[in-house]
Amino acid sequence: MTLAALFFYGFASVCVASAFMVIAARNPVHSVLFLILAFVNAAGLFILAGAEFLAMILVVVYVGAVAVLFLFVVMMLDVDFAELRRGSLTYLPVGALVGVVLLVELVLALGSWVVTGGVTRNLAAPTPPLATLTNTEALGLVLYTRYVYFFQIAGIVLLVAMIGAIVLTLRHKPKVKRQIVADQVRRTKASAIEVRQVRPGQGL
Amino acid sequence: MDQAFDLPGLYPVLPEIALVGGAMALLMLAAFGGARAAGASNWLAIVVLGLAAVLVVATGTGKYEAFAGSFVLDDFARFMKIVTLVGSAAAILLAQESVGDQARGQYEYSVLILLSTAGMMVMISAADLIALYLGLELMSLALYVIAASERDSLRSSEAGLKYFVLGALSSGMLLYGSSLVYGFSGTVGFAGIARALAGGDSGIGLTIGLVFIFAGLCFKVSAVPFHMWTPDVYEGAPTYVTAFFAAAPKVAAMAVFMRTATNAFAPIVVQWQQIIVFVAIASMALGAFAAIGQTNIKRLMAYSSIGHMGFALVGLSAATPEGLQGVAIYMAIYMAMTLGAFACILAMRRADGAVEQIADLAGLARRSPTVAFFLAMLLFSLAGIPPLAGFFAKFYVFLAAIKAGLYALAVIGVITSVIGAYYYLLIIKVMYFDEPAPAFEPMRGELRMVLGVSGLFVLLFFIYPRPVVEAAALAAKSLF
Amino acid sequence: MNDLLQDYLPLAVFLGVAMAIGLALLVAPFVVAYRRPDPEKLSAYECGFNAFDDARMKFDVRFYLVAILFIIFDLEVSFLFPWAVAFGELGWFGFWSMMVFLAVLTVGFAYEWKKGALEWD
Repeated sequence: MTLAALFFYGFASVCVASAFMVIAARNPVHSVLFLILAFVNAAGLFILAGAEFLAMILVVVYVGAVAVLFLFVVMMLDVDFAELRRGSLTYLPVGALVGVVLLVELVLALGSWVVTGGVTRNLAAPTPPLATLTNTEALGLVLYTRYVYFFQIAGIVLLVAMIGAIVLTLRHKPKVKRQIVADQVRRTKASAIEVRQVRPGQGL
Repeated sequence: MDQAFDLPGLYPVLPEIALVGGAMALLMLAAFGGARAAGASNWLAIVVLGLAAVLVVATGTGKYEAFAGSFVLDDFARFMKIVTLVGSAAAILLAQESVGDQARGQYEYSVLILLSTAGMMVMISAADLIALYLGLELMSLALYVIAASERDSLRSSEAGLKYFVLGALSSGMLLYGSSLVYGFSGTVGFAGIARALAGGDSGIGLTIGLVFIFAGLCFKVSAVPFHMWTPDVYEGAPTYVTAFFAAAPKVAAMAVFMRTATNAFAPIVVQWQQIIVFVAIASMALGAFAAIGQTNIKRLMAYSSIGHMGFALVGLSAATPEGLQGVAIYMAIYMAMTLGAFACILAMRRADGAVEQIADLAGLARRSPTVAFFLAMLLFSLAGIPPLAGFFAKFYVFLAAIKAGLYALAVIGVITSVIGAYYYLLIIKVMYFDEPAPAFEPMRGELRMVLGVSGLFVLLFFIYPRPVVEAAALAAKSLF
Repeated sequence: MNDLLQDYLPLAVFLGVAMAIGLALLVAPFVVAYRRPDPEKLSAYECGFNAFDDARMKFDVRFYLVAILFIIFDLEVSFLFPWAVAFGELGWFGFWSMMVFLAVLTVGFAYEWKKGALEWD
């Protein structure tokens, strides 16, 4: 177990340090890279907690996609971030205050937390022990049947996101000629070529 | 893994399925059907909403559950769903031409309204925290998009962005609270949470969770400590979108607020009652005082809606069936009044575009007496002057508060409603006694229709209030 | 629990090796490389002129659209993993529930295709 503790402290300290660097780094691209580092370490923490599927999703979705999106956004905005965030650390006291309040609440909440039999009895779908069933499979067994309602709503939320992204950002430039394959294929000799008799000396 | 492998009874969920299916069919039809199909999309969307309403009514009475209790259809859900569907349909009617104006044929607007309405229905029927959150997100995500839908307008983009950032923050708070509640009760189902609370498994953790969940919900109904987005978003978003924002989403959010408070947190009613009382007082006061200095009628409507949410929460704070009946009546009447008022605001167009200053209404009574009369009636009703519908709305919530022993709250409510009456009356004064401003363009047929229906509802409510009052009483009873 | 962590031993070894190599390559130049620092070596070079303005420029918003559509389908795929793992025990109901989910997203896909969101111009 000491080895696990070692890994835990390793992941946790790197995670916290890189999270700090996200807001402290001068270059926004560096911020995003530190964010990726924080994500990866959080994935490590998830694995230590036995939540393999979450760890995988964190890497696939957050590192693979969201961080890339952040990079795009950072590059896309023509903003002098160094100028913009000069003194962003001056908000640190306020932010720290909010953090402390949340922390105190967490401590209060967790401090009074006694895991009584009542709580575990209430669980609708307790996580099966890892030895018998992997995380992913346990999730798969309930997500598509028992929780089909939530699953389908999630699909609809994704649909709305898709429509929204297109409504808000798609803008076709006028006067761009597009290839329409169907039209090209449909073209025949009869519709494309016209034979005209040209009389000598008259032209068309 | 146990019993859930067979198809759950989908009968109570049919309205939602119809809405989502209709939205997708509409999207495909409009995308592939060319300009004519896209042009008809608004009418088709109204047909879909009507179909959903018919399906809701067709389920009759009684309580149905689906998906292992995550979805519940009772009289309360029916009442609120009908009100929401009517609100969405009216919002599409109001948008009719404004959307068409943009020549790009934005059929996405009606599709997004349908999907957003589906989210509201999920919220109204939500009997656990996951369904609540998913419904809320489905609704809000579509709302963020349509708030920013006028891409070339800086203010619309700003409104969308502001709404999105603050909305995401409130969703975060809601989720944080939900996770605490789940951690301390071991379940996300409302019934289970209530059992855990009644069993005394609670502690400070559950209370903190409750506060965060209520904070997230207060944001959605724009009640006071979490109201700051409302004026800017109302002002910045295109007016037909604002009309939608002010109506259906408020009803749905209030409905889910009521269900969460009375079903999940019933055993600790003393604790949430004080939150609601505070929020109600703050909302009523801010709605009354902050609206006085406004010159832009959309901002004014934003503060007015904050105030009205405060009045509705008075009923919730009573935490009795009468109180919740009052809230249900209040939301139905509030929606009718708001939609009518926005029909008039949308009619404020001159040849060179829409105007939205209160001063532009000057002398409306001499230019178009009928519109001015209806608008005046709606404003009197919003102010709560008898015998118009708005008076009854306030009457029921205050009565419930007094019966529940919340005398101070009721008195403050009456005082703020008198102060609030000042700015409504000010508009009426501008319309009737000021020198006429240049005339508006003639009002569109759809706007006349919405204005006429809501105006007549508000005017004649006192003659035959029974259907609404009784339906609301049934609805409130089914929550307890 | 320890069994689970045992499964990740190769990953830990891999991480260790990657870090060792990375650090070695970072540190080695400081030790062995020939160094002659000069400010000019670090300055931007633009056809013999000093740089006119910042290297940062506006990217087209279309990159963003592509990225967000990618995220949406990425999420869709992530829903497929548990489904595939548990497929044998899910039965027809699980199968059709995934098919409905995919159908909803296919509607979205058809829409974006028709709108031309997948074309660059």
